[in-house]
Amino acid sequence: MIKLLEARNIGKRFGGLTALSEVSLTIAKGEVYGLIGPNGAGKTTFFNVLTGAYIPDEGEFVFNGIELPVGKPHLVVEAGIARTFQNIRLFGQMTALENVMAGHHIRTKASVWGILTQNKHTREEERLTTERAYELLKYVGIERFADTVCKNLSYGDQRRLEIARALATEPQLLALDEPAAGMNATETTQLKALIEQIRHDGVTVLLIEHDVKLVMGLCDRLTVLDFGKKIAEDVPSVVQKNEAVINAYLGGGKHA
Amino acid sequence: MDQLAEAIPYLGKRNPKAARWLVIIIALVAPIIAMMFGRTWVRILDFALLYMMLALGLNLVVGFAGLLDLGYIAFYAVGAYTWAFLASPHFGVHFPFWAVLPLGAGFAALAGIILGFPVLRLRGDYLAIVTLGFGEIVRIFMNNLNYPVNITNGPQGINALDSMNLFGWDLAKSLTIGDFQIHSLYFYYYFFLACVVGSIIFIQRLQISRVGRAWAAMRDDELAAKAIGINTRNLKLLAFSLGATFGGVAGGLFGSFQGFVSPESFSLMESIAVLTMVVFGGMGNIAGAVIGALILTALPEILRNIAVPVQETLFGHVILDPEVLRMLLLSLAMILMMLLRPGGLIPAHARYSRPELVGKGVRT
Repeated sequence: MIKLLEARNIGKRFGGLTALSEVSLTIAKGEVYGLIGPNGAGKTTFFNVLTGAYIPDEGEFVFNGIELPVGKPHLVVEAGIARTFQNIRLFGQMTALENVMAGHHIRTKASVWGILTQNKHTREEERLTTERAYELLKYVGIERFADTVCKNLSYGDQRRLEIARALATEPQLLALDEPAAGMNATETTQLKALIEQIRHDGVTVLLIEHDVKLVMGLCDRLTVLDFGKKIAEDVPSVVQKNEAVINAYLGGGKHA
Repeated sequence: MDQLAEAIPYLGKRNPKAARWLVIIIALVAPIIAMMFGRTWVRILDFALLYMMLALGLNLVVGFAGLLDLGYIAFYAVGAYTWAFLASPHFGVHFPFWAVLPLGAGFAALAGIILGFPVLRLRGDYLAIVTLGFGEIVRIFMNNLNYPVNITNGPQGINALDSMNLFGWDLAKSLTIGDFQIHSLYFYYYFFLACVVGSIIFIQRLQISRVGRAWAAMRDDELAAKAIGINTRNLKLLAFSLGATFGGVAGGLFGSFQGFVSPESFSLMESIAVLTMVVFGGMGNIAGAVIGALILTALPEILRNIAVPVQETLFGHVILDPEVLRMLLLSLAMILMMLLRPGGLIPAHARYSRPELVGKGVRT
């Protein structure tokens, strides 16, 4: 197993509320890793800390053997981690193609001077960015909407577009925050195929999801969070039978 | 240019090529037609071109990057005063045109960065208030820096600025060939026109580039922009400084054209006027800024020439001063605009990419 991401004792508090405490996990290269837990368990907080949107109070992330910068989202993306959002966040006034092209920003170099003079390097880069963005739209299956302003896309297509935009940053780890939320059964099946394809193409996936069927069918390993603490980590079939997990989800044991 | 052509009703969609030629021809013959109504009108056109540059620069900050800037005129002031300091009898230095203009642009860009740093974390209303304050600070400095050391000559302003001298050719002098005289206002017009066209080309290139897309991304959703690796700090500073550069160049041109600068040319009302041009024309699109600047510069002047005689014939005396009428009609126009066409005269359908770059064989 080659370690891709290692989270070490991550802790995050908001005032008196402990959102995460001592969360440690290791994601191997090439796997689909699930992060599940009841509402308010700290899954999205974990994402925000990982991607630099929040600064953790304790602990650190090691990505590819290098410690990730804290509180600098663009450097995290540059290191190779891309994310999507639970509530879709696209760039509303841009077309689908332009959204994906914007995602390629971090991998392009053209300077203002290069743009002003439209030198050879800039023109070539612009052409490659456009081509690549179109290929990514094809990859997620919405290339026919390339010139559609993204807010006019259907819900499922917007989710796909967000994944395409995240892929445009050329990540090694793709962090998906509830990608199946609000999708119907057909859309979820298609999404599952897409995530499997992404994994097959060499991108490791970190998945937050509520859809238990999707998680169980897709993930190689899972971590379960409850009240900011890790209560289980294992392969899906084992996690399913874990008492603490069942209690957390069904409110059994002392809470009942 | 293409956007301007497209904006022409009817013709723009049907025959883009003809529309484009129409725009070029109008731009070229406008001063000649204006001269038939008197020299003032050519002067007004010259000013309209300066305002176009300002509107284009502000549109870059407000329309593309989504940073509401109410103190934009400060950069205009920086450009104009740079010209006044470096090319007038005030300090007794007379730098040549090609040195002063870039310096003015540079200083304005610097001022843009100075303004940019403290406001990096602000958005919307808060940003507007701080930039408004910045604009006023610059004006008040210009107004009061005449004591203890006289730097700006205070409220009196600085007189007798050098005129533009393009490599030995003085734009302020009329050219006489035989009996035929070409007025200097024409030279200014075509020179300013060239500057505006240059600005448009530059801004259009910026718009369809990684920088333009990053700005648009930041404007539409800052958090998501960060999450795809856009360094919002650097891009905001870039937007402020590039926008300011246009203001600085326009300011320098204004100073030398007018031959006189004083703090009262750079009041808050001017900032608001430029912002109105951008909003009126259509935020986030180049054609909108150009049309907005043209209409809002020319309309008050037309009004001034019509309102007085009309009132005199109708009532025998002037009831409403044209200046009052101007504010009245302007506000009315803005209110109607917000109700009927909230996107501006030419609503933005700005493009940030060239989809045609995708290989023709790939597309289905």
